[in-house]
Amino acid sequence: MSKTSNINRVDGFAKVTGSATYSAEYKTDGVVYACLVGSTIAKGKIKSIDTKKAEWAPGVLAVITHLNVDKPSGYQKAKDKHNFGQPLQIFKDDSILYYDQPIALVIADTFERMQYAASLIKADYFKEEHSTELKKAADKEKKVETDKGNDYHRGEHDGYKNAEVVLETEYTIPTEVHNPMELANIIAKWEGNKPILYTKSQGVEGTRRSVAGVFDVPAEDVEVHAEYVGGAFGMGLHTWPYEIAALIGAKKLNRPVKLVLHREQMFTNVGFRPYTIQKMGLGATKDGKLTGLTHEAVAMTSSYEDFMEGTVNMSRFIYDCANVSTRYRIVPLDTCTPIWMRGPGEATGSFALECAMDEMAYKLDLDPIEFRKRNYAEKDLEQNKPWSSKYLLECYEGGMERIGWKNRKNKPGSVREGEWLVGYGMGTGTFGCYRSPTSVKAKFSADGNLILQCSVNDMGPGTATMMTAIGAEIMGMPVENVIIEMGKSGLPKGPTQGGSATTSSVGSAVHDSCNLLVSKILGLANETPTFKGIPIADLTFANGLISSKNNSKTVSLASLLASNKLEDFAVEKQSKGNEEARKYSIYSFSVHFVKVLVNPNIGKIRLAHVVSCADIGTVISQKTSAGQMFGGAVGGIGMGLMEALEIDHRFGRPINNNFADYHVPVNADIEKQEVFFVNKKDPISNPMGTKGLGETALVGMAPAIANAVFNATGKRVRDLPITLDKIIETAKV
Amino acid sequence: MKNFQIIKALSPNSAVSSINKENSAMFIAGGTNLVDLMKKNIAAPDKLVDITSLDLKKIEFLSGKVSIGALAKNSQVAEDKAIKEKHPLLALALAAGASQQIRHMATVGGNMLQRTRCSYFYNTDMPCNKRVPKSGCGAIGGSNRMSAIFGASESCIAVHPSDMCVALAALDATVLVEGPKGKRQIKFTDFHRLPGNTPEKDNTLLDKELITSIEIPDNNFNKNVHYLKVRDRTSYAFALVSVTAALDIQNNTISSARLAMGGVAHKPWRLTEAEEFLKGKTVSETTFRQAANLAMKGAKSYGDNDFKLTLGPNAIVEALTIASSK
Repeated sequence: MSKTSNINRVDGFAKVTGSATYSAEYKTDGVVYACLVGSTIAKGKIKSIDTKKAEWAPGVLAVITHLNVDKPSGYQKAKDKHNFGQPLQIFKDDSILYYDQPIALVIADTFERMQYAASLIKADYFKEEHSTELKKAADKEKKVETDKGNDYHRGEHDGYKNAEVVLETEYTIPTEVHNPMELANIIAKWEGNKPILYTKSQGVEGTRRSVAGVFDVPAEDVEVHAEYVGGAFGMGLHTWPYEIAALIGAKKLNRPVKLVLHREQMFTNVGFRPYTIQKMGLGATKDGKLTGLTHEAVAMTSSYEDFMEGTVNMSRFIYDCANVSTRYRIVPLDTCTPIWMRGPGEATGSFALECAMDEMAYKLDLDPIEFRKRNYAEKDLEQNKPWSSKYLLECYEGGMERIGWKNRKNKPGSVREGEWLVGYGMGTGTFGCYRSPTSVKAKFSADGNLILQCSVNDMGPGTATMMTAIGAEIMGMPVENVIIEMGKSGLPKGPTQGGSATTSSVGSAVHDSCNLLVSKILGLANETPTFKGIPIADLTFANGLISSKNNSKTVSLASLLASNKLEDFAVEKQSKGNEEARKYSIYSFSVHFVKVLVNPNIGKIRLAHVVSCADIGTVISQKTSAGQMFGGAVGGIGMGLMEALEIDHRFGRPINNNFADYHVPVNADIEKQEVFFVNKKDPISNPMGTKGLGETALVGMAPAIANAVFNATGKRVRDLPITLDKIIETAKV
Repeated sequence: MKNFQIIKALSPNSAVSSINKENSAMFIAGGTNLVDLMKKNIAAPDKLVDITSLDLKKIEFLSGKVSIGALAKNSQVAEDKAIKEKHPLLALALAAGASQQIRHMATVGGNMLQRTRCSYFYNTDMPCNKRVPKSGCGAIGGSNRMSAIFGASESCIAVHPSDMCVALAALDATVLVEGPKGKRQIKFTDFHRLPGNTPEKDNTLLDKELITSIEIPDNNFNKNVHYLKVRDRTSYAFALVSVTAALDIQNNTISSARLAMGGVAHKPWRLTEAEEFLKGKTVSETTFRQAANLAMKGAKSYGDNDFKLTLGPNAIVEALTIASSK
């Protein structure tokens, strides 16, 4: 374990004391306040919109609708569909594609006056019949010929049907919403033709490209600040219509415009995890060898974007199975467009796959882990490549020991603690390890600090902490002397934060640029009289000192810089994956274990103990990684037990669009929770040997809960969330 | 939110008289519900009369009863030593409600006046007879997981969300009010009403009347009591079904019982028939199950809330079992 692996979150103090500045908190002279008014129907056209009362209300500066908008010049150029990043062109015309679609932007001099004016806007519509219910829209199902949309077959098509033991089941997950604590928010302004945004974004460079496209300006002219992001879980991957609306308003008034979505709008306007119906077919021999696996998914999308995710992908490679078929279809509905939500498709897919594996284990009368071990994949059969590293068995073993798996009985309902039925369950998770080209500038300043610059964001996982740990380790210096500058345009280009790729991408760039910086420093030192003639390989750099072998000669970097009349010393390097990595299949793995206590009379499920284990390669920062794993696991618990956006399909409107009615877990719901990492370096993935954590921290938790509930009660719940009405027992009197 | 005036009242009498002159004036105390309603334009008063300075915060133990001021905070009552000792049911019910932060703000009088949590009431794009009379009931034929199984009407199937009120209904409390026509008392079980054709009215308070205190008569229910709240998460969620059970047990025989449910009706639902049945019976699960079945007579569900027909009686048995084993 490295010296820096146990450091504290470097921005923790700023965050808990409130000195961290989030997008809407930037002090901006002359800022005015805006909000969006939404449609009250789910599909149709705007017949008329009365903005007069709002325009006349005190303090109102502008009311913008499709009737009076100066349409951004990029609208003409963009195709209507598949234009990732800004698919819905706000105020483009009179058409309504979903409930609460923005139909007006109201801007006033104060927040209160803006809110009041917005309440005065009334619209009439030509209503059309809407379709918001996936189960009733099967006729609109479509196959999209892309990597994600293509059918996959290995061996015999639907070969499971010929097996000795066959299982066919169907699983449903409802729509879930990201809803981070920090609302979607932006301050938008223009300097001439250059847009400036302080906004909630998971990717500065992506936001620049999207805004550049909409307003037809060069991406280099778009300035984006997102230094702190208060959670996002994927909703910050799009540039959303609200951001474009704020820019339209700021341009019209030539003033900075602040726009913060209402909590209700977070349920309708910034994406969600799509409602998905999955069919599983499993075939096995009587002694527990999988012979066939078919995974089919039908997921909702919007009418204006073919959103897809990797729902069925895990089924192709996670188990050793000769005959595998996967199919993925989407159904356009009259809603806002979905967007990846933590653990994206894999979280949805693992619920079906890992519940089906559990069900098959019961059919075979096998321990679910024993069943999985009998089908352990020694290599990736989908890509026909060896794993770069795989410590899934260590996750199984560590989890079994911690949760007390030996106390589990295969017969449901056969373990009790007092009045409570006891159940144990587990679920496997996985996520690919990705690495995108990333530039980092590493600069030594004369005052002895290392400054690391990258435009990447930190939405909470601890990116700045990770960068600090890697930089301090390589430079041999205290973490206190590392300064991170990130989350804004103009810095060396970093990736969008998503897909568990940040550490692999940015960490590698920190690693490479710091090593380059050290070698440049040693090169510079080598030209000084002190070290003249000593081979560079015999020089080292640590604690701000350049030393020769045996420390016979030392020179401080500060004096080296001074003697060269340099104020600082900097390198910038782009880092990217190599060809060698393509020969391997690189995945993180996780296993979640759950012990539940159930009172079937009132349907109460207690999470007595939750254990999450992961093989994520090297752990760079123990504390922030553990924090990320705890948080992901809690997200998975919400998915398993509580989260569901309910739609009243008669109106196409959500019912529970607030935090009182849309439930996420509270502390009291989880009685004991622990996480652990195998923490073994991956030899292939990147210089640090990390594999990525954010997504796999959630993937596999929901099936673990469903499987534990079955073990406790004998009730198999195949539609999430597992609310008490689904397991309550009718009295036998 | 529209502009409104806010003034501070210095006595109950001046509070009533200052509200009396205006049609759309309202009292405000903790504001934990009213402010939300105003933000959503569901309540839109021109004037608020802040009553938090009134001397109505005391908990006083008088001969034969306890008097709790309408402005006593929920947390203050829940944590009061003497209340915990003499009326543990009330303390348990209060502690089950909302969150600690909200309980610190919310008052006893305000708790009684909180509006339903039916989603159709809060979502202003939806029909709701309680919010806009004659606009229809969205919950009937819609999403009605939370809705009533007792005493509902064709115009409203909403439930009263309070935990505290379920205990007060069981404890035979009395509500003291002061209005333009003077002071009067209302039996707690008559305070909240069933929806009928006028679901916009939650209770029997007359126009401009102010709750000043509640009184609970002394009783023997200080040991075998339980408040069971069944909900979708362990804290900070409204009851799907709740049960207050209070038993006076002498030599394993129930000499008297109080039983009421929350989350099942437009008002706290007192189960007097089941109480009568339990009287004189020996403590047993069979007795409890029979009482529960009696209690469920006349229950009717609406689709999403069908499970309450099973959960209801099970929760009654559970609450009685826990109460009797204390």
